[in-house]
Amino acid sequence: MLQLRTPKGDGEHSEPVGLKSEARDSSPSFAVLLRDPQIEMAHGAGGTATRRLVEGLFAPLLLHSPSEPLADAAHVAVNGTRIAVTTDSFVVSPLCFPGGSIGELAINGTINDLAVAGARPEAIVVTFVLEAGLATKILEAEVRAMAEAARRAGVQIVGGDTKVVEHGKADQMYVTTTGIGSPLPGVTIDPRLVQVGDKVLLSGCMGDHGITILLARGELDIQADLRSDTRSVFPLVDAMVRAAGPGIRWMRDPTRGGVATSLNELARDCSLGIHLFEPALPVRDAVRGACELLGLDPLHIANEGQFLAVVASKYAERALNALHQTPGGEEARVIGEIHEQPAAAVLVTTPYGGSRVVDMLVGDPLPRIC
Amino acid sequence: MKFVDEFRDAEVVHKAAGEIRRLADPARHYRIMEICGGHTHAIYRFGLKDILPESIEFIHGPGCPICVLPMGRIDDGLSLAEDLNVIFAAFGDVMRVPGTRGSLLQHRARGMDVRIVYSPSDALTLAHANPDRHVMFFAIGFETTAPSTALTLMRAKAEGIRNFSVFCNHVTIMPAVQAILDSADVQLDAFIGPGHVSTVIGCQAYEWIAKHKSKPVVISGFEPLDILESVVMILRQLNDGEAKVENQYKRAVPWEGNRTALQVMAEVFELRPDFEWRGIGLISQSALRIRDSYAAWDAERRFHIPGLRVTDPKAAQCGEVLKGVLKPVQCKLFGQECTPEHPLGALMVSSEGACAACYSYEHRKAMVSIPSQSA
Repeated sequence: MLQLRTPKGDGEHSEPVGLKSEARDSSPSFAVLLRDPQIEMAHGAGGTATRRLVEGLFAPLLLHSPSEPLADAAHVAVNGTRIAVTTDSFVVSPLCFPGGSIGELAINGTINDLAVAGARPEAIVVTFVLEAGLATKILEAEVRAMAEAARRAGVQIVGGDTKVVEHGKADQMYVTTTGIGSPLPGVTIDPRLVQVGDKVLLSGCMGDHGITILLARGELDIQADLRSDTRSVFPLVDAMVRAAGPGIRWMRDPTRGGVATSLNELARDCSLGIHLFEPALPVRDAVRGACELLGLDPLHIANEGQFLAVVASKYAERALNALHQTPGGEEARVIGEIHEQPAAAVLVTTPYGGSRVVDMLVGDPLPRIC
Repeated sequence: MKFVDEFRDAEVVHKAAGEIRRLADPARHYRIMEICGGHTHAIYRFGLKDILPESIEFIHGPGCPICVLPMGRIDDGLSLAEDLNVIFAAFGDVMRVPGTRGSLLQHRARGMDVRIVYSPSDALTLAHANPDRHVMFFAIGFETTAPSTALTLMRAKAEGIRNFSVFCNHVTIMPAVQAILDSADVQLDAFIGPGHVSTVIGCQAYEWIAKHKSKPVVISGFEPLDILESVVMILRQLNDGEAKVENQYKRAVPWEGNRTALQVMAEVFELRPDFEWRGIGLISQSALRIRDSYAAWDAERRFHIPGLRVTDPKAAQCGEVLKGVLKPVQCKLFGQECTPEHPLGALMVSSEGACAACYSYEHRKAMVSIPSQSA
């Protein structure tokens, strides 16, 4: 879930920003811009429609300062102590897939949202929405997967809530996780800090998760030796911040909508152009093959265990070395650079010297046949 | 990756581009139509225009089956799927095509049972698995996909599967090419022939273009090197004053086509008297319908179909863009009211449509790099 970053260090209050009555009264009213007559699946797909919903309805009515750039977690000051807060819901079908399951995804996803907001994940609360008729052993397996993921990441699960809905009113189980984290010292994540000449880093191969899920659904008769990349990226972020903290300007985990969507959001927020060099983009052959066959672009495919970072040029090598020396960061690469033009767009240069614009994903990625 | 990487080798691509620059007469303007939407997509995706001389102009042709599907056919198909007992099966390509009241995806979100299938036989498998429901396959595509629909119908008949039907929207490529060549306002020098369609119909099917219209045709593969080699072959013909059909895509396309595929098509399908092409209008004998012997599996005969004709917005200039008279960006609606997310015209719908490819891959690039031209 994209959330609003609040201004840093803005006084001491114990409520989440935006709920203080005085603050609400004094803030200007922002117009609701959403014109879509009904909610479609595309509004949840992480691309342009999601952005329209968040910016056009949620932000103006719910958030304290709707014009601030959207981030993966919000920073709030509680009695003078800054904490990071994030929340995320998981509705995945099938529940289990090669390399992971919904329980593991729910914990890692929230850890990653905190990590890329420059925070150490500290505690998580969990809400289960369960469909009547769900086999207890399926639920138990997912709860065990959550416990194991939290243990591995050193994060406590401190509470939760349970709701059960009638059979047919949900798809087996939905999980919502809310996490809090403590900001890492020495790093400030803000798209407005991004400058021309900065380097774009990607922590590893893209598209593993999205293609694994697409194939695990069994609708396409394609088999590939692929696993979801679901994992906590905090150890990688932590190592990079220690090595190159002052040079890190922005981070994001490119989940739904993939690398292209995250970078298009950044390009819009910083009004600069992002140039990616196609041969530098790390993609496994199985993902590339599936994408070629199905007419999909790996840049639009979801990831669950990778992150993007924009790092000042002179810190880029240090950041990359730190990633390479951390287990799981061996495939990290510099994939691009920030330029003045084309403003607010992402450009991919081909190995032939040509180029193409890569836009946000429109709706879900759909296989192309004819 | 085999069959991909060797056709994307940067060094060889540069050599081919160099050869094109050497062959292209700077005093001349070459208007080459790539018939197939797959080529349009590849030209944009690999940024090929950036590495070719300005005298080479690609005109995007009518060969995107999604783009030419009229809105009325979508509405007709959806009217059948309103029956709760019907499972509507279609390729992923069709899911975003807008009908009057929204696309298949939007109907699915409202509760209609719409399934994405990868091949027509997957739809037949659905019928096996759901014996109490009716599975309707919304068939679409040129000669590339028509044989697999035909084979599926033959299987359904042989196995006596009654809860399965096909809503046939298959079209044939040649009448559309003919319509474009007959159009007075179209000026073309040569064609890049469609690779996938030609695996079925072969190369000889294009000989009338070379013979009677004196235009070179080169059947091409879809990788960057395939397209560049095809341009080289076209330029050599034009420079020598020749017009013949050549096959660049020999690794996939036999000269005489695929006899078995043509036979199964002939067994199951016959030509319709006419069919509406979105953006072009009615073209006679340009589409396939299911023969009487398969009427029991023909959705159009089994069910009442309203037979809707829906016109595109008046301001949309899809026809002119389809014929190559206008560039996508020259249409009044391009990038304004008409975008890939809210397509008004046919060519903005599929990623292989000329307008969608131009919008996605080049539009904003063009706006920043040559501001004087965007005014």
